[in-house]
Amino acid sequence: MYDIQSFYKAANVKDAVRALEANPQAVVIAGGTDVLVKIREGKLAGRDLISIHDLPELKGIFMEEDGTILIRPCTSFSQIEGHPLIQQKLPMLAQAVGQVGGPQIRNMGTVGGNLCNGVTSADSASTLLAMDAQLELEGPKGTRRLPLREFYAGPGRTVREHEELLTAIRVRKEDYEGFCGYYIKYAQRSAMDIATLGCAAYLRLSPDKTHIEQLRLAYGVAAPTPIRCGKAEQAAQGQRLDQQLLERIGEAAVSEVNPRTSWRASREFRLQLVRELAKRAIAQAVVKGGGEIHA
Amino acid sequence: MLEIIRMTVNGEPVELAVDPRESLLDTLRQRLGLTSVKRGCEVGECGACTVLVDGQAVDSCIYLTMWAAGKHILTVEGLMGPNGELSPIQTAFIEEAAVQCGFCTPGLIMTAVEIVGTGKRYTREELRRLISGHLCRCTGYQNILNAMERIVEEAYKKCGA
Repeated sequence: MYDIQSFYKAANVKDAVRALEANPQAVVIAGGTDVLVKIREGKLAGRDLISIHDLPELKGIFMEEDGTILIRPCTSFSQIEGHPLIQQKLPMLAQAVGQVGGPQIRNMGTVGGNLCNGVTSADSASTLLAMDAQLELEGPKGTRRLPLREFYAGPGRTVREHEELLTAIRVRKEDYEGFCGYYIKYAQRSAMDIATLGCAAYLRLSPDKTHIEQLRLAYGVAAPTPIRCGKAEQAAQGQRLDQQLLERIGEAAVSEVNPRTSWRASREFRLQLVRELAKRAIAQAVVKGGGEIHA
Repeated sequence: MLEIIRMTVNGEPVELAVDPRESLLDTLRQRLGLTSVKRGCEVGECGACTVLVDGQAVDSCIYLTMWAAGKHILTVEGLMGPNGELSPIQTAFIEEAAVQCGFCTPGLIMTAVEIVGTGKRYTREELRRLISGHLCRCTGYQNILNAMERIVEEAYKKCGA
């Protein structure tokens, strides 16, 4: 039995927003894989739950008319991983969410929850950040859109207002067409673990595949929130693909991150991972894009 | 305060009064006596409480019973044949000696049901990944994988998919 004050099953998004407005203490629950564990630990004990679990309007993956991929937030990790649109257009996202927890957790946990928790270690977050994902929030005053880049406010905090719900995650065509990517999760176990560091390298190669046209490099657990490394990205632009370039990118990335020491790993080890995983993820992304790294 | 919910458990329609604070694990074990569903870590780490909800393996310890309304729940008890026979998956576990203390077994069997249900063939490496949401503290993973491989092959040959 969970230590829950009350449980309310929202009929739809509007109903959930109304219920959140009426109760400043209420907590939104979707897949439950984080919220219920926090209740068990006592961190969220005794609260009122507003459930958006299984709301049909918050589930599914679609392509909009302009080619934008729309992911509804209550879509589970397994649904994302197995969806043909994701496999074809956003394969790095399939790869990243396929590394969340284990199979049962992936059947239950949702991508929206992964983002709204605001945690830096979220496997979907660095990937979606590299894809410049756009979010849509619905509140009492209507909907607003903002880039995922502007969503995080600090460790475990986002700019989502208490009475707002995340209702859509979008990746625009210009943010996936021609891109190849690779996500590396470094963890102590290969399953059922939280990332010690996550690195998403997302890039577009020149037509002859010898140069990087554009690089997007995002990390989880390299700072209090998921981050992009702008300097490293600039250092790569238009550059010839060789080992020295990878070194320069890794070097730049290290100067932009701010990892902490935790029981999982020290700051120093995480800095080492930032440098090394950038090189490895970019090299793998290049291979996915049909190129190769020259010596 | 109790609430009435309706769901299908092991093929039988069930209507019962539950406390909205209950996990599906609580309901299945305490109200319905389905004790194949094991109470392990209670935080979704060990997989001992795995059941199928509409065909998908979930950790019933972190699944609220209120969410199960209108859904089909399957536990190991539901695998029993009309005359009490074991299912081919259970037989494979026995023949491969994939059971030591037995605590993780029901959960692993339900994951096996989900895997076999896909009708696909899997390599041993893929099977490792597919059972990664289960902990076997006897560390009998080799025999568990042998049983999994065997049942996946048998099902594949039967269905010819």
